[in-house]
Amino acid sequence: MGLFVPALNGMAEMDGSMMASETMASGAETLLRALVAQGVDVIFGYPGGAVLPIYDALFQQDAIRHVLVRHEQAAVHAAEGYARSTGRVGVVLVTSGPGATNAVTGLVDALMDSIPLVCLTGQVPTHLIGNDAFQEADTTGITRQATKHNYLVKQSADLARVVHEAFHVARTGRPGPVLVDLPKDILINPAPYAEPSAAPHASYRPRTTPDPARIAQAVALLKRSERPIVYTGGGVINAGPEAAKLLLEFVRLTGFPCTSTLMGLGAYPASDPQFLGMLGMHGTYEANMVMHDTDVMLNMGARFDDRVTGRLNAFSPGSKKIHADIDPSSINKSVTVDCAIIGDAAETLRALITAWKQDTTPQNRDALAKWWQQIDFWRSKNSLRYTQSRDAGSVIKPQYAIEQLYKATRGRETFVTTEVGQHQMWAAQYFRFDKPNHWLTSGGLGTMGYGLPAAMGVQVAHPDALVIDIAGEASILMNIQEMGTLAQYRLPVKIFILNNQYMGMVRQWQELLHGNRYSESYSAALPDFVKLAESFHAVGLRAETVDDLDRVIAEMLAVDRPVIADICVDQKENVYPMIPSGAAHNEMLLGPEHKAESGGYTGNSVTDEGMVLI
Amino acid sequence: MRSATISVLVENESGVLARVIGLFSGRGYNIDSLTVAPVERDQRQSRITIVTSGTEMVIEQIKAQLGRLVPVYRVLDLSREGPHLARELALIKVVGSGEARQEALRLAEAFRARVIDASTESFVFELTGASDKLDAFLDLMRPLGLAEVSRTGVAAIARGRSTIT
Repeated sequence: MGLFVPALNGMAEMDGSMMASETMASGAETLLRALVAQGVDVIFGYPGGAVLPIYDALFQQDAIRHVLVRHEQAAVHAAEGYARSTGRVGVVLVTSGPGATNAVTGLVDALMDSIPLVCLTGQVPTHLIGNDAFQEADTTGITRQATKHNYLVKQSADLARVVHEAFHVARTGRPGPVLVDLPKDILINPAPYAEPSAAPHASYRPRTTPDPARIAQAVALLKRSERPIVYTGGGVINAGPEAAKLLLEFVRLTGFPCTSTLMGLGAYPASDPQFLGMLGMHGTYEANMVMHDTDVMLNMGARFDDRVTGRLNAFSPGSKKIHADIDPSSINKSVTVDCAIIGDAAETLRALITAWKQDTTPQNRDALAKWWQQIDFWRSKNSLRYTQSRDAGSVIKPQYAIEQLYKATRGRETFVTTEVGQHQMWAAQYFRFDKPNHWLTSGGLGTMGYGLPAAMGVQVAHPDALVIDIAGEASILMNIQEMGTLAQYRLPVKIFILNNQYMGMVRQWQELLHGNRYSESYSAALPDFVKLAESFHAVGLRAETVDDLDRVIAEMLAVDRPVIADICVDQKENVYPMIPSGAAHNEMLLGPEHKAESGGYTGNSVTDEGMVLI
Repeated sequence: MRSATISVLVENESGVLARVIGLFSGRGYNIDSLTVAPVERDQRQSRITIVTSGTEMVIEQIKAQLGRLVPVYRVLDLSREGPHLARELALIKVVGSGEARQEALRLAEAFRARVIDASTESFVFELTGASDKLDAFLDLMRPLGLAEVSRTGVAAIARGRSTIT
């Protein structure tokens, strides 16, 4: 071991024929060489017995930086943050057994949100597999349904090929996490290096180019539409910044309104007048009413998630639906569509723009103008309205805290991550994203504890950017140990806690659906977050009333160190608008501000059928 | 609801069957029968034949989800791709004596089941055919001393010259 290392940066000189078996690199060294060839510059990980050979090889090179986390779950979320904010594959390195099982939540999170990751796990030596050896777990068995694909390397000769293939599978098609399980003897024994293969994969060949006939069919539907909507999702973000540019071009070209899922925020600029805000359970009134009444819907890279559709049999009942997705299994999964386009979002948008320009059918501009009038009426409800008292000593409304934070960060390169719950929805509603890859949240899995490690990963990838984790006081405690990582690597992440002393979304549902019985949702025995920050070598700040808020935000942003800002907010505030479980888009509930118009909320508007839904 | 016979050509690697079965159990799809064996001389590819049932939407989902698995080469819905042949083999043990034993043997001849083992009190029949033929034979054997059954599940292939590859 180690003989090979000096050549890490000049690997092109080393070809297989030069390597006699006695000088052949160890599996660990070959692994690192493959990672470098894949463009890896940083790994998030945690050492342990089975991966010691990799850590030894890491120690003796400087091409790849290792960020030591404090818990393996955080390594995966950090890699997700890195991946989502850069468009590159995030890399995780953990040990066997508990290292691998701790990573599982992060892997499922990445699977649900289509984040490209390669997770390297140590494994007991091949001759001990199946023996219940120390720190042995059936990692490929456990993660088979938690990954896009996984591998157990049993032969040294396969190692380099498998690593290259893992990156290919992770980043292409619908991206996702790929796990490579590495027995310790494979890491120690000599392993030949192989360059990435130029030949296409034998069985895995995702389709990226859309069928021109479907594009033409889609354009024909859209040209004749009177009440169109473009509904975009995370697929546009995954297709890269080019897809976001093309989306803007397409929406401008057509004059259509555009809405986005939680995962798609930032793909279309939120400040543009054609943007209706987020749709779905806590989407804007206008976005959801448009979805209900539209006659032609273009779904770009979204998956008709249950948070978006509400009750399926009442979802957008009168519309022709066009669904563009890179994953054929997304088509007709929950909503039957009239025109399915399989392909990459950027390629699909490019094809749509070209076809739109070539199709000579005139657009129904009068109908579109009427549609916009209707939309403006819905917009005038101002469904995100709330009232913040400015009297001295007033309680801070969480919505106001987000708005003030947004205002204070405008003009700076800002990335926002979140945990999961009310604060996440308020962040999605009140923080406005004009660029893709700047909003990172756990959408599909809804993983509390995602935001802090994800922010860490973003800050590692963008050392000079402003990275904020908008958190709740309950979620933040799920991975609070990562404060140590922030301190060690001097990552100036800002943790902005909307502290309402409740698991707010649980409390909201208990209020609305379970007769105000707040079963186990009170955050009792909270730490003093200011002292907690200080004990982790960070800065702790607190805003107790509205008078403190702007000063605390300004102080937080001015400090070039990690900060926890503990923002004490209204404990009773709920997230509105809300489509209750089992309800349709046009049965959405508006907040107390709109009581006069909507009659206010009663728990009775949730059906028995809706009660079983999440 | 409809029944579907789906052929899946997969890379013959460890864990591939677990991926397919995990997909069915994880997503709540039915497996009525499943067979798997290598079909290439170099053992590189295996063919899995799955008989499943569900609504048209579910069966389309099953095919799309199977197609998404990395080691899957090809997914073919034989029940939708024109005429196909589906056959199953069963080994059937019938225990009895006297008239029932005679009757079992007569019926076996009528169904072209082969006697592959016999003792003074038992037969083992080997029967090949479509699943409903096997079912019919088993129904007849039940009152005649049917003691044990081992079925292979369905192997299926398209008629004519078209192939899965």
